[in-house]
Amino acid sequence: MALGAVAAVTAPLWVANPYHLHVLIMAGIFTILALSLNLLLGYTGQLSLGHAAFFGIGAYTSALLALRLEWSFWLALPAAALASGLAGWAIGRLALKLRGAYFVLVTISFAGVISLVSINWMDLTNGPLGLPGVPPPALGPWTLRTKNAYWYLVLAGAALTYLVCHRLVTSRIGRALVALRENEPLAESVGIDGTRYLVLAAVVSAALAGLAGSLYAHYTRFVSPEVFLFSYTVTMVIMVIAGGQGTLAGPVVGALLFTVLPEALREAVAWQWQMLAYGVVLVLFVFFLPRGIVPTLAAWRRR
Amino acid sequence: MEQLLQHLVNGLVLGGTYALLGIGLTLIFGLMSVVNFAHGEFYTLGAYAAFAALAWAGLPFVAALLAAIAAGALLGALCERALLRPLRGHSIDTIMLVMIGVWIAMQNAELLAWGGVARSIPHPFPTAPLTLGPLNIAPLRLFVVLTAAALIGLAWLLIQKTRLGTAMRATFQDRDTAALMGVPIGRIHTITFAFGSALAAAAGALLGPVFLAYPSMGDLASLKAFSVVILGGLGNLAGATLGGLLLGVAEELGAGYVSSGYRDAVGFVAIILVLLFRPAGLFARAERIG
Repeated sequence: MALGAVAAVTAPLWVANPYHLHVLIMAGIFTILALSLNLLLGYTGQLSLGHAAFFGIGAYTSALLALRLEWSFWLALPAAALASGLAGWAIGRLALKLRGAYFVLVTISFAGVISLVSINWMDLTNGPLGLPGVPPPALGPWTLRTKNAYWYLVLAGAALTYLVCHRLVTSRIGRALVALRENEPLAESVGIDGTRYLVLAAVVSAALAGLAGSLYAHYTRFVSPEVFLFSYTVTMVIMVIAGGQGTLAGPVVGALLFTVLPEALREAVAWQWQMLAYGVVLVLFVFFLPRGIVPTLAAWRRR
Repeated sequence: MEQLLQHLVNGLVLGGTYALLGIGLTLIFGLMSVVNFAHGEFYTLGAYAAFAALAWAGLPFVAALLAAIAAGALLGALCERALLRPLRGHSIDTIMLVMIGVWIAMQNAELLAWGGVARSIPHPFPTAPLTLGPLNIAPLRLFVVLTAAALIGLAWLLIQKTRLGTAMRATFQDRDTAALMGVPIGRIHTITFAFGSALAAAAGALLGPVFLAYPSMGDLASLKAFSVVILGGLGNLAGATLGGLLLGVAEELGAGYVSSGYRDAVGFVAIILVLLFRPAGLFARAERIG
């Protein structure tokens, strides 16, 4: 844990290749996304298959505020989290009464509608052409244009996300969520208002995904309807399931593994093989390692 | 008025194939409690099987359709035996994750096998439309809607009038009691999944020549199948048929009168609205099959 933190903080010193640093930055952004998805999938048992929608709403909100209204990044970032959080609240209020497969379907449908809006609402989003020229964040007299600087920004975002998740799941709220996941009628019988807690989890989860979206938009400096791609959601799901749902270290390990590994194998295999492998990996994990890497390792070490 | 009629006819053509997709999905969910996110991939499989049979093997159209149905049934049975049978008794969410894995794997296998370029599927029908009074309909589309209707009729006969159908309905009503009465649940599950997948493949083989075949075509097909099932109520065969026709017509009207860019949003919005206001489906009083 401490070793990992030291390695992360000193990363620009030992990662000389800018491309490798880029991979690390993407891993940081995906860490935020995986942690946010895990809050729902791992702690409430509700799978959001439209999580890319919250990511995309954050990216578009931040980019549009910065481009059209010339907001500073430091205002656009919380605004992006707020916009995604609001969307999460709406979806949670509407769909968490139903749960399970129905929640999955509503989140997919929501992502589908939002993606179509981003393609068709030319005036706002510039359609499939996307929004180029999103400005990099400015910090006092500096502009965070270099990969080194951006790495620290993403690292701070990931650390903040981790702290928020940690604070939430170790609080009364977190215990209520786990109680609801394990046995909802029993939890309700001791006075836990199921829907209220699930909506809260959905709001925080969506807001964190929006934060990741904003960081992504100001890093790549370009936002297009591709941010809503289903493959982003799939990648997040793989990270959470493989790393270990319902743990905090699991999604971090999963995010690192599934950004670094594909990049390392990029030379050897085509992108389609990677997605094909993701499907197979998901099936294999459910069959042979259903708890994920981190809980399995922890149990193995205890023995 | 004529325009409206034309939209209705086009909507029914689409709706017939949506109904096929929906019936397959609703059977699989109703009997097996499997939320089959890979359903659309069997639709894609059907379209590409038809393409291979028509363009490469030069088979007649009906034979290509049968080849697609056979491919869907075979792969469906394989999928059930290899992945779903070992997981029987696991939670619905676990099985859902596996089906999401199958979805991603199948889609990208299709992408690798066929490449990302959309393919137009050749068909033997004349392209000049038939004119019936004020209405125009392409012979291919007429064939599609008639075949879809025939397949829906066959599915209904199978479930209502045969011994196998009786066993399927018994499994749907109460799996444990059916097993006690000597219904081989394992075999019924395999047959159901193969049958549902075959219907999806048939829908792909029918609509593929109307539009184009491309590897990610199954995504929308899956979602449309889900919206049909949700419109019609889970496990409700007549509901799925009506839901399919309704979705087809609603899409045509939406594309014709609102905006063609939002055509595919109709299904999404239908899912959201129905789940919010009538989660048991538009036509359902209680969940049932048949």
